[in-house]
Formats: sequence, C-alpha cells, structure tokens
Amino acid sequence: MTDHLRGDEPFPAAARKALGDTQLRRNIGHATRTIRTKRLAAVAECPDWEELRRAGAAIKDEVLARLPELLEELERNVTARGGVVHWARDGAEANAIVTELVRRAGTTEVVKVKSMATEEIGLNEHLQAAGIGVTETDLAALIVQLGHDKPSHILVPAIHRNRAEIREIFTREMPEVTGLSDEPRELAMAARAHLRRKFLSAKVAISGANFGIAETGTLAVVESEGNGRMCLTLPRTLITVMGIEKLLPRFTDLEVFMQLLPRSSTAERMNPYTSMWTGVHPGDGPQEFHLVLLDNGRSRVLADPVGRDALRCIRCSACLNVCPVYERAGGHAYGSVYPGPIGAILSPQLTGTRGHHDPNASLPYASSLCGACFDACPVRIDIPSILVHLRAAEVDAERGGLPGGQDLAMRAAAFAMAGPRRFAAAEAVLGAGRALAGKDRRITMLPWPASRWTASRDVPAPPTETFRQWWRRTRG
Amino acid sequence: MRIALFATCLADAMFPQAAIATVELLERLGHEVVFPDGQTCCGQMHVNTGYQREALGLVRHHVEVFEPYELIVAPSGSCVGSVRHQHALVARRAGDEALARRAEAVAARTYELSELLVDVLGICDVGAYYPHTVTFHPTCHSLRMLRVGDKPLRLLRQVRGLTLVELPDADVCCGFGGTFAIKNADVSTAMLADKMARVLQTGAEVCSAGDASCLMHIGGGLSRIRSAVRTVHLAEILASTEERPR
Repeated sequence: MTDHLRGDEPFPAAARKALGDTQLRRNIGHATRTIRTKRLAAVAECPDWEELRRAGAAIKDEVLARLPELLEELERNVTARGGVVHWARDGAEANAIVTELVRRAGTTEVVKVKSMATEEIGLNEHLQAAGIGVTETDLAALIVQLGHDKPSHILVPAIHRNRAEIREIFTREMPEVTGLSDEPRELAMAARAHLRRKFLSAKVAISGANFGIAETGTLAVVESEGNGRMCLTLPRTLITVMGIEKLLPRFTDLEVFMQLLPRSSTAERMNPYTSMWTGVHPGDGPQEFHLVLLDNGRSRVLADPVGRDALRCIRCSACLNVCPVYERAGGHAYGSVYPGPIGAILSPQLTGTRGHHDPNASLPYASSLCGACFDACPVRIDIPSILVHLRAAEVDAERGGLPGGQDLAMRAAAFAMAGPRRFAAAEAVLGAGRALAGKDRRITMLPWPASRWTASRDVPAPPTETFRQWWRRTRG
Repeated sequence: MRIALFATCLADAMFPQAAIATVELLERLGHEVVFPDGQTCCGQMHVNTGYQREALGLVRHHVEVFEPYELIVAPSGSCVGSVRHQHALVARRAGDEALARRAEAVAARTYELSELLVDVLGICDVGAYYPHTVTFHPTCHSLRMLRVGDKPLRLLRQVRGLTLVELPDADVCCGFGGTFAIKNADVSTAMLADKMARVLQTGAEVCSAGDASCLMHIGGGLSRIRSAVRTVHLAEILASTEERPR
C-alpha cells in the first residue's frame, strides 16, 4: 500500500523539483493570493474574531482532554439513533471495514464526499483493488481523480491545476463531452452532467465529517457545491470515516466553528451547504448509517503534550494559503496528503519518524518560522513552536550515535558562544574570512555547506573591527 | 536612563555598524549605554535547529549576564523574540524552573529598538536626518513575535530628508529563517527572489529593516545581482544626523 502520509524523498529535494514547474507556481501563487486577500476581509468583519479563536481552541482542548469519554458518548448516541459505530486503529483496519460494508450492501460502485480522512488511508486505491468503482464528487477532488493525480491542498485538492489543464483532463476522461472550452461555467456543467448519473445510481456513499457531536450523535459536513448533500441524502447506505479528534462535545459548540471554519477556509461568511444527520430515519435519506472512527496515529499525537495541539486542526487550509513556503513549493513536495504548515507538524507526528533519513523527518524543517500560519489559524495552533519542538525531538532521538556534520557545527557554535573570550576568539577566526572577499568586500563563494548560501547570495566581508573591539577602543 | 545593550552575536561579529548606531543614537538622546561584555548569543540558532540542550547553556549565560540590568535593548526583533518566547521554554524543557523564572524576568526588561524608543522612551522623532528614498521590510519576528506593528515606520516618518516608500507584500518572509536558508536553500532563494522583486519595484535606494539577519539575506541577494539598492539597519538611519550623516 502506498503511504499517503509520507513521500518518497525529503522535502528539500521534492521542493527543488516543484520549484522548477513554473506553471504550478503560477497556478498556486494566483490561487493562494486570491484566497488570502479574501480571508483577511472575511475575518475583519468579525469584531470578536480573537475571542472566537480562543473559544475554538478551548473547545478543541476540552475534546482532547476528554477524548475517551466523549468518543463513547458519541458511540452511544449514534447507536441509539440507529447508526452503527466501528473502531479502526489504523488505515488498514478502516479500509477493511469500509470494503466489507460496501460488499455487504451488494454494490460495486460508490460515490464519495471529499474527505481528508479517506485520503489519509488511501481508501480509493483500496476499494478499487477490491473491484469497487469510486467516484469523487467534489469538483476539485474529481479533477484530481480524473487526472490520476494527487491532492495538493486540503480544501482545494486541485489548486495546482489551472482551467486549461482541467479542460484537457475532462476532454480526455469524459467520453461524452465534446467541444469543451476552458470557461469555468462550461467546465462545471460538464462535471455536473458527469456526476448526476452517478448520484442517481449509487447505492452507497462514503463521506468524512467536519464535526461529530458527542451529545447528540450528529455528524456534520460543510461544503460549497451541494454534491456532498447529494451523496449524504440519495444513496441507501452512508459510510462516514471520521478521525477521532473531529469531535465536539455539544451541539451548541457548532456556533463557534460555523463562524471560524467558512471564513478561514473559503473566506465566506457562511458556506453554501451544511449537512447534518443524526442516525437514520425510516423513509427519509440513507436507511443504513455506519460511522468508522479512525485513530491512525492520533493517540500517539495526543500523548505529546506540546505536539497534541495539532489535533485541534479543523482542516480549513488557512495556514497553507498564507505560507510562503507552501506557495512556492506546492503541496506535493510535502509527500503527505496533509501539506503546508499543518502537514509539517501533523504528518511526522501521525506516522512517527524512523531516523533522519525518513522523508517525514525533514518536514519540521520545511518552514522559515515566519509565523504567518499561527496568525491565520482559527484554533490558534502555535505551529512555529510545534515545529521547533519537533526539531528538538528529532535531534534528541538521534543523540548517542555518531555525530553528523550539523551536530558538530552546532556543538562548536555552542562552545564558541559559551563565554566572551571564546566568542572573541571565534570572531578573530571569522575575521580571517576577509581574505576570501574581493576588493569590493563581497564573498561570493564558500565551501559546503555554506555553499548553499553562496549559491544565490553574497556574504559581506567580515568587518575589520568587531563591535566589542569598537566599544573597547571608544568607550573602554 | 541607563540602558544595557545586547548587541547580538551577528551584529557584533558581522554588522557592528548596527550596534554602534544603537549606542550613538541612545547617547545622543541623553541616555547612558552600557555594554555587558560577558554577552555572546541568545541561542536562537540552536533552538530553531533542534539543539535545545546546547542552547540551555547559552540561555543560562545570557540570563546571568543581563540579570543585573533594569533596561535592555537589542537592535533585532528576532533575538528579542528568542529572549522573550524561547528562553523560558528551553529552561522548562530541561526541567529548570528557577532558570525559566529568571529568564522571564530578564525578557520582561528586554526591548527591540523601536519598542524601546516608542513605548519606553516615548519618542517618535529622534532628530535624525537621512536624505534618501527608503523602503522598510518589517521582519517576521518583529511583526508576529513582538507585535511591533508600525513603530519602525512611525520613527522613519519623522526622519528629516527621508522619503519612505511602501514595500508591497511587506509582511511576507524574505526566506532567511536561520538554518532554513541552508537546509532549504532552493525554497529560501525563491522567497528571496520575490522579496527582491518587491524591493526593486519600489524604486528605493535603501532597503531597511530592524534585523541584521534578514538584511544579510536580502542584502546578500541584492549584492549578488549587483543591484543599486543597499541594505541599512533601522538604527543606522535613526543615528544619522545633519552634523554626522551616515
């Protein structure tokens, strides 16, 4: 099974390739710039935005503190209203449960609501390997599926595609479509016609969940297109895969999150479609409802008192849209289905890392720590601090073995900075670097690893007099 | 007032003009500046690269050196950010609660230059003269760790002869990020290229900032393309006068 939470190569190497794709950079740059401008306006309309963020963080912290009892409360209430709850320790268990449920429903075709939990476990691949046809019904997810591609953004999985590329994919993959232009309306109508047939024939739908309410057993999906609503209401059987952290204790908690999520994700005051369902109702909607509760590493994250804040995430994507690293490298460079700043703290924690060669061990370093993500996060996840925490955990895990070049450099720097005499001595050594500079006092080439700096940036020649020398000369 | 200067290791070793300007500016404003010569480095590079154990000694050293002083200033948003937001964390992670408390006490008395001038000393017009067109990069840690807001701009607007031009996308990172610039050199360079394009677009002759580190990055890029824009620390502009222009 492909690992959907881990790429094949470390971030710097993957990002280097992505940077060379100028079309990708134009597409992502345009899209993220548009959405972050809109988000700022949508957030500025709320005079109590900071209070909302604090409330959102507090509710999610309560969920994490009371997770076992709230999950059992959810299970009781879903069951009491005619649903069936399944527990999955990992992706393999969840995939097996869903596949068996689809088989039992006697069908080989399912429609899907866009869902990160099912992306995370590679459910589509698993179902297809079992001979079950899967149709993604979210427009962007459909573009990714038809393009035999991977999602590159949590909210807009096809953000790396422009409309000309979408036109090509549709023309190639939808045999019934001819003479399609790249007008957004025409593209949407083609997808609509393509999907309508699937909605009317599907017997099973699979969804994720934005929220699961412990108090009532209610599940909620928010979306923009109405395609999710079709999946949640038309087929006879509904299977929902939900990460265990997606809980809310009370129905009234939605008040906070229904303000935070749309403004942070699509920069809308209110999303067009909010679907909520509680169990099953004879003669109305799905007659069979299954809820698969997915752990898949979340308990491991919960055990880390600093890193666990990542489980507050409501998958809005605001941190991706404001991240200068994401904007340039794109989502695929992160390897995992969770890209961007939240992916950089979530993916390595969900999978755990096996030494510094693990591609996910490179993710906590895929940030300049500029802090734009923390400012944008609707549940106040201090992503920069968690990145720094995970870096320390990574370095500490490697201690005891043979020190690498970076270890030696950092130890040498700590030694040199331990006191003023050593520091002055180090400055004297640094000053000798003036010999490397030309007459114009620029250093343009240094040996590895500083060559990674001088590949694109000069360094000024060290000064003839350090500050402490100047101080001694003029004030001492 | 008696103000202790935390010069920062980078300014001390590589960009002394920023620290010298801070001294001369504060002295011109009638304050006494002292330089605790035991100082070395705040340890931010170690913390941000994952070497918190190595940073612990540097944190303890910094606290011991600066503990005797009532008011501390550094010409760097990033280093003050480290003192304020990381020192106590590093101490607590190592289980040293006493050091964490002492670090918090030192941090509460430590200010970035524009904070010291505007918030503590209550001045926006420092009597500077700098007859150049300047654009200002606000630096991420000044903006988002310290929340200095428009304090540097309020100071620059009062400088005689200075034409301030707005930097588009000013709040976007220049791509420095400490060892990020080495570990993720390609992404860092892509971010720098966009920052340089914005700087050049303003037509300014000087790009200024409150951090020598970000200026080293932006300046290193501008130097590589042999641009006519030079990088100058905020302190140097504020220290410049008609009698002694810089």
